[in-house]
Amino acid sequence: METAMSAREAAQAPPVPRIMMENLHFFYGETEALKNITLALPQCQATGMIGPSGCGKSTLLRVLNRMYDLYPGQRATGRVMMDGENIISPETDVNRLRSRIGMVFQKPTPFPMSVYENIAFGVRLHERLGRAAMDERVEWSLVRAALWDEVKDRLRGPATSLSGGQQQRLCIARSIAVRPEVILLDEPTSALDPISTLKIEELIDELKTDFTIAIVTHNMQQAARCTDQVAFFYLGELIEVGPTAQVFTTPRQRRTQEYITGRFG
Amino acid sequence: MSGVEAKAGAAWPGETARRRSGALGDRIFRALVALAAGLVLLALGGAAAAILWGGLPAFLHFGLYFLTSTAWDPVRRDFGAMVPIYGTLVTSLIAMLSAVPISFGIAVFLTEVAPGWLRGPVGAAIELLAGIPSIIYGMWGLFVFAPFMADHVEPWLTTLLGPLPLLGALFDGPPLGIGMLTGGLILGIMVVPFISSVMRDVFLLVPLPLREAAFGLGATRWELVWRVMVPYARTALMGGVFLGLGRALGETMAVTFVLGNAHDFNLSLLMPSTSIAAAIANEFTEADSEIYRSSLIALGFLLFLITFVVLAVAKLLMARLARAEGRI
Repeated sequence: METAMSAREAAQAPPVPRIMMENLHFFYGETEALKNITLALPQCQATGMIGPSGCGKSTLLRVLNRMYDLYPGQRATGRVMMDGENIISPETDVNRLRSRIGMVFQKPTPFPMSVYENIAFGVRLHERLGRAAMDERVEWSLVRAALWDEVKDRLRGPATSLSGGQQQRLCIARSIAVRPEVILLDEPTSALDPISTLKIEELIDELKTDFTIAIVTHNMQQAARCTDQVAFFYLGELIEVGPTAQVFTTPRQRRTQEYITGRFG
Repeated sequence: MSGVEAKAGAAWPGETARRRSGALGDRIFRALVALAAGLVLLALGGAAAAILWGGLPAFLHFGLYFLTSTAWDPVRRDFGAMVPIYGTLVTSLIAMLSAVPISFGIAVFLTEVAPGWLRGPVGAAIELLAGIPSIIYGMWGLFVFAPFMADHVEPWLTTLLGPLPLLGALFDGPPLGIGMLTGGLILGIMVVPFISSVMRDVFLLVPLPLREAAFGLGATRWELVWRVMVPYARTALMGGVFLGLGRALGETMAVTFVLGNAHDFNLSLLMPSTSIAAAIANEFTEADSEIYRSSLIALGFLLFLITFVVLAVAKLLMARLARAEGRI
């Protein structure tokens, strides 16, 4: 009885933010791509980023793991706090940050090596594991990514010979193998067939128990199916953020409603 | 009404005529490109046959002895190809050993490390290096590089490596400046632009998402290059290396100047030697007997054969590599 009560209380309590963006601005040269974003990614929940092309949702993901560092002329201002540390401060160790915040891209990006090596690659960048421990880690990641049964007999085979959906799950396995805290997914199913898409969506739902997830998607059904919170972006601004059910049924902003009902975008 | 019917019934008048002329054009086009490709085979076959014919007297006269003998005595008309073959292979090997790591470094610098404003000028400088005629390299080698090697590098090599067992034999002898080591290094400098520009182009072809994925896992630049880009581009990188090797094997003028043109078999890299191309270039005008001339042409045929075998083996290796990657 008591436990049931506390569980309900826990469900009602505001979720703990894993990442907190405050007054975040982002610039491609002179162009401001993100304008004064304040947004929390709640711990162990999936946040969907929706909005028309060019609205800044992918840019936001690229800020969170500092991918923009690779390109001169791109800069971010404001605060992106994670464990009391500002992610976008120059003092942040980018390589360590990226081991804590994994990313999965639009198109599958298997490395030109075996299935096993694809996963071991990322792990080796951050940890020294013995052979048995590495085998265990590879299996754990593949099981977690719902790929183990399909590839357990071809771990030494080239990753590029897997199907597109399998490759994408391999990329997810590769990200979780380094045991990140946050996983960023940038339109992870846009290059996949419906069945693979479904598998990845189920997987996202499953991964939420351990990881904080941010997913960019153009697919409203997908956002409705596998996220807890939805943030709608338009022209670099965060227009509305709220629990998924609320945003899709009773959006507070007119533009949100117009977008999710397909009137523009 | 009747106008509409006429239009529908005519089934796009003129269409069939256009198709026919297109098919003819295609036939002509195919014939022309086939001719162009055929010319290459014809040239290759013709050149091979001609030098084999020219070298045949020497091959018939000396037999297998021609391949194994280190003799080269125009007075006694006693010729063997061992020394030039050895010189060609050794100088090319030195060239590759020096040029491949440097080219790799240049390519990585240009694609991964250099700031944007520096990539253009450095890339252009390397391409200019490829445009320098080989005779200029040869003269520079003889007047500047060889004395430098003799004064500063070779004495140091002899004292440092000379006493070592086995390896010491390679660095034995007086510091002449002219020899296989100098020739190989000049060749190396000459092939760097070719290998590095191929490698740079290959690295530029590595898809952006793949690079971002590696960085996204927390890889450093070196880890990206060595663990992802090199395996991804392995076959094409090997192609660049073999392009350079092909050039090094056949290069004439630059090595002729600094190799010393001595038909003496020497294990030491510091000693003068000769290469196939250098021997032909140097001695063709002096070939005063039929067998001398034929021996030089036979050398040319052997060079042709060596280059062919090296490139064929390279292709075979790459094919096996590609197949292994598809299987493992």
